[in-house]
Parts: sequence; C-alpha cells; structure tokens
Amino acid sequence: MRSISTSPSLLAAPAALFLIVFMLVPVGLMIYVSSLERGAFGGVAWGSHTGIAYEKLLFERDLTGQISFNSDYIAIILRSLRLAAITTAITLVLGIPTALYMASLPPRHAAFMLFLVTVPFWTNLLVRNFAWILILRNGGPLDSALAATGILTPPLDILYTPLATGIGLTYSFLPFMILPIYVALERIDKRLIEAAFDLGADRWRVLSRVVLPLAAPGIAAGAILVFVPCLGAYVSPELLGGGKSLMIGNLIQAQFGASRNWPFGAALALVLLLVLLLSLILVARIKRREQAAS
Amino acid sequence: MNETRHPLRLPGTAIVAALAMLFLYVPIVVLAVLSFNASDLTTIWTGFSLQWYAKALGNETMLVAIGNSLMVAAAATGIATAAATSAALGIVRSGRRLRGVVEGLLGLPLLIPEIVTAVALLMLFVLAGIRLGLMSVVLAHTVFCIPFAYYPIRSRLAALDPALSEAASDLYAPAWRRFLRIELPLLAPGIFAGALLAFISSLGDFVITYFVAGPGATTLPVYIYGMIRTGITPEVNALSTLLLLTSVVIVAVVFRSGTTPANQTRGDQMS
Repeated sequence: MRSISTSPSLLAAPAALFLIVFMLVPVGLMIYVSSLERGAFGGVAWGSHTGIAYEKLLFERDLTGQISFNSDYIAIILRSLRLAAITTAITLVLGIPTALYMASLPPRHAAFMLFLVTVPFWTNLLVRNFAWILILRNGGPLDSALAATGILTPPLDILYTPLATGIGLTYSFLPFMILPIYVALERIDKRLIEAAFDLGADRWRVLSRVVLPLAAPGIAAGAILVFVPCLGAYVSPELLGGGKSLMIGNLIQAQFGASRNWPFGAALALVLLLVLLLSLILVARIKRREQAAS
Repeated sequence: MNETRHPLRLPGTAIVAALAMLFLYVPIVVLAVLSFNASDLTTIWTGFSLQWYAKALGNETMLVAIGNSLMVAAAATGIATAAATSAALGIVRSGRRLRGVVEGLLGLPLLIPEIVTAVALLMLFVLAGIRLGLMSVVLAHTVFCIPFAYYPIRSRLAALDPALSEAASDLYAPAWRRFLRIELPLLAPGIFAGALLAFISSLGDFVITYFVAGPGATTLPVYIYGMIRTGITPEVNALSTLLLLTSVVIVAVVFRSGTTPANQTRGDQMS
C-alpha cells in the first residue's frame, strides 16, 4: 500500500498496460502481417516478406504472372472517401445550426435537447440502420408517403444503393457532429459576443467573426468524429448499400472471411489508418491557422 | 431585432434543429410502431398485437444471446471501470508529460476505426492462440470500455477540490483509507456514469464482436445481425424496440446522475 502513496502514477499502469497489449501490439502485428505472404490455407506464411499485399491495391496478376492495372480496389477506396466526405458535409450543414439553436435555449430546454441528441448516440447501430431498411424498402412508409403526395411514383428503389448507405451514415453519425459543437458553443465567454454587439456588429457578423471561430475546435472535432467512423463504416454499407456500394470496411472484412487473405486485409486496414492520420494532421493544421488568425 | 433574445438565436436555426430532430426520431418511431403490428408483412399496419414480443422473448437461442451479452458487458464493465478509476487517480497526481502519454493511449480505442481494431485483435487472438469465445470478446470489449469509463471519472475528479485528499493525508490517513473514505464517495457519480456508458457500449457493440466471437459466443447484436441477414421479420422490430428502450433508460439515468454524457463523449478529448 505504501507504493501507491509514494508513486501515484503507478495507478495508471493497469489501464495503460492493457491498452498496450490489446491495442498497440495488435496494430503493430497488423502492420507486420501486411508485409507477409498469405498462407496456402488462409492465415499467413511466416518469414516470407513481400510487398504483394500492397501491389494488389493497384495491380492484379493473372495465372501466367502477367501484371496489369486493376482499379477495382482504388474505386472502393475513393467511393469510401467520397461517401465519408459527403456525410461529413451534410452533418455539418445540419449540425451547426442545430447546435446553435441548442446553445440559444434556456438551460432546462437545452438539457432536454441534449438528451434527445444523446439517445440515438447510445442506441445500437444495427437497430438504427435496420430502421432505415424498413423505411426505404419498396412498399415501405417512404414509398407510400411519396405515392400519396403524387410527386413520385413508387417503387423508388432507394434501398441497396449508395444513396441508402449515405442516409444510413448520416443518420448514424449526426449526433457525433452536434454534441462537440454544442459543447464548444457552451464554453464561449458570452461577454465576447456582447462586446461584438456593443461595437455595432450585426448577428451574422457576430456569428462569422466571433462565434464560429471560437467554436472551431468543436466543429473540427465533430468533423473528425463523423469522418473517421464513416470511412471505416461496415454496418451501413453492408445492410443498406447491398453489393453495389462496398466500402473499405466491407472489403477488409471480406479478406478475413470468404477471401481468406490476411496480408491484403491488414494492408487495407493500414491504408485506412494512414488516410485517417492524414486527415487528423490536416484538421490540426487548419485549427492552428485559425487560432493564429484570431 | 429584439435585443433581449439570446445572441446565438439566429433565424432559421430553429427550423434546421426541428428537421434534425425529426430525422433522428422518425425512423425510431416507425420501428417501434411496427413492432406492435399484427401483420407479418412488417410494413403494412393491420392491427395492434404483442405477438412479436412474445415470439422474440420465447426464442431460446435469443435468450442465450442476451445472456452472453449481459455476461460480457458485466465483465468488461467491471474490469474497465476498475482500471479507468485507478488510471484517473494516478494521472491526476502525475506530471504533464506522463499524463499526455497515458491519456493519448486511453483515447486510442475511440480514435482507431472499429473495423481496424476488430481485425487487429482477431489476428492477435488467433496468432497468440487465444481461443475465440466469450473470453476473447470480454478482452476486446474492455479495450473500448476503458475510455468510455475513463472520461466521466476524470471530469468528476477534475471538479473535486484536491484539498480534501490533501487534508486526509495531512491527518495521517493511509492511502487506502483516503481512497475509501474520501475519494471513492466523492467520485462515485462519475464512476457510476462511466460504468453505465461502458456497459451500454459493450451491450451495443457489433463490429468488433462479430470478428472476435467464436461460434459459441453469439451476443445479441450478432444474433440480430444474423436475423436481419436471413430475412426481415417483425421479431427484429420487437427486439430492436426493447434495445431502444434500454438505451433511453440508461441515458436518462446517466443524465439524472448529473454528469451529462455530452461533456464526456468523444468530443471532449479532442476539443
């Protein structure tokens, strides 16, 4: 017991060790596996290093060993980036005004809205995507509703398209955008806003010159929190997108399931991590520039 | 313009907020309403019935899956909450640099995409010879439960007056007594909130479980996924509605405990 009082930092050791063994080591292992050759019956061939898993991203070899360019995987990666970017943009457009409105409410009402935004955040992802299967199905509520208005004629055939995946992703991650922006807005020193009004700025000017720059860290956090899980999404494209709109997540899963190509799956997962790292650095740089400007 | 209104109240924001709430809740309401539908055509309303709830709850395989889910969530929450409480207490008294390193490590599971964690852990388990089953699922869940438990405990600890612990030490309380009599009671709401959030995220996890659960360790989300894949039946609606209700209750309890989840969710660590 004395050791606890003499070296309090040791108390952090169990959690830190656990995450080293079950988070850092597995990612390191994954990087190592991506440099190996696949085993004859799945798994990996230890000791035989090769860049073949990375070559497969761009090229394919036929049975005679001829190498030719293959854009299939690049297309899936680009589609994932596009869907993640579009989803981030839509959740920004919805999230910023919603967070502004929440921050403008009296505390009790704001707390209730916070509760409303938080419930979906903690609701099972499968359940939330399943709800959209019901809605988007041919003959489902959306079909019937639109048929009743007479604008469009059913069936709309939205389910199992990239559009359905996009809807599912937006739905899954909208709370991730609203919450950090709201927290950032809450923390703004209200006297700064009043000072801007006193100096004659109108509402839009206060918003663009004072409020949004001060909320920038929250907006950046929201963008990351939406973009990152979208890019690696598995559930929405699997349930709503069907076979036609695979994303990186589905491709990675396939390498550990039916395709049994661990090195390629590990390489894809590493590409995903690197893209993520790049976007984090980018956001950090934008953040620093904004801070320098303000 | 009416100057007495809140300065952040801009025209149009109320409409967007209303649309966002509709977008968030219409699917949930549709799902819940259809779970009481008498018809098995799932999307055509024919009358009120509880038959799908009876059917879902009478399903043996599903009860086993619920049992697995609860067992895994309880074990992962227990380990993660203990480790997170200990880490929070340790970090608050250690230097800036060590704190930065440890907090960075604790935040990793929330930053790395689930699918990457899932395949990395699968490879670790298979290559290290750890059998895929309830045990591997508990280990994997503990990974992401630690940060969920950690943030509320840390924010509670940050709000505490360090003089209280110092006073206990000045009065010659041994470290264990200081922890049991002073820190633990004061931290209890944060620990409670953290444990609940860890529990609910373990209960809801699908992607990571899907990869690291062996055939004998089907949890409820993995079971539901199987049901959705084999054909949509109203039983899934009933189950989903029950899960939804669980989240509403747990989030409401966390809110009432005073530490609002929004302050401790992922946004906090990054903003």
